[in-house]
Amino acid sequence: MVEWTDSERAIITSIFSNLDYEEIGRKSLCRCLIVYPWTQRYFGGFGNLYNAETILCNPLIAAHGTKILHGLDRALKNMDNIKNTYAELSLLHSDKLHVDPDNFRLLADCLTVVIAAKMGSAFTVETQVAWQKFLSVVVSALGRQYH
Amino acid sequence: MLSKQEKELIIEIWTRLTPVADRIGAEALLRMFTSYPGTKTYFSHLDITPRSAHLLSHGQKIFLALAEGSKDIANLMTTLAPLQTYHAYQLRIQPSNFKLFSHCMIVTLACFMGDRFTPSLHAAMDKYLSAFSAVLGEKFR
Repeated sequence: MVEWTDSERAIITSIFSNLDYEEIGRKSLCRCLIVYPWTQRYFGGFGNLYNAETILCNPLIAAHGTKILHGLDRALKNMDNIKNTYAELSLLHSDKLHVDPDNFRLLADCLTVVIAAKMGSAFTVETQVAWQKFLSVVVSALGRQYH
Repeated sequence: MLSKQEKELIIEIWTRLTPVADRIGAEALLRMFTSYPGTKTYFSHLDITPRSAHLLSHGQKIFLALAEGSKDIANLMTTLAPLQTYHAYQLRIQPSNFKLFSHCMIVTLACFMGDRFTPSLHAAMDKYLSAFSAVLGEKFR
């Protein structure tokens, strides 16, 4: 069971409460596809991913980014049971989507960078620690059902 | 592989930020120490509390090495030869830690630059820091 301090819960809740899911979701997924181009392999049916500009303008990618952030929201609402919350999604990514679980970490890192850029100096060292702890629990849960 | 444009972008960023080299370097180090406490074990001989003189001076040292390397990326093996030897034989830092520092440097740059830390710049910087780390770890085995 993951232990969360009051401070960690407050930090993570605060980040989500100020989050524009569409903007941050879109930017994070786009950034992941641009910075780590091999992740594009999972998005064959998403239209034009030719270069950074087309990725950033791609509406299908934008919509998917939003979907991912709403998925992350489930972890926020179930912080004491993230592992089970994502059991089904983990199986989906493993058995149907065949996503290398190491890529979850890459997307998590991109999300961190996008939020850091948005928050600037408000993304303090303590904020980074709590946020990364949250994401690492999510990443671990998503990789858990792989077999 | 870094394109010509990416190389120019990288040089421009490091040059522009050189006046605050100590602050950026120190912040990246502090983020790394706090996010990945195992990395502190290499610094037991220094005072790495926030805003300490050691942290600022060490941060500056690392930043300037990164800035220097960026001026001639094709010749990183030559530029970094002394640092390679130092890290491999004297410091003997677990090379996986270079990745952790690179991530924290990128987060620091993102906080500092906001929207100007575009995906293209992020990609270029990530590639440069990976190349730098790889060269730094060359002599380990």
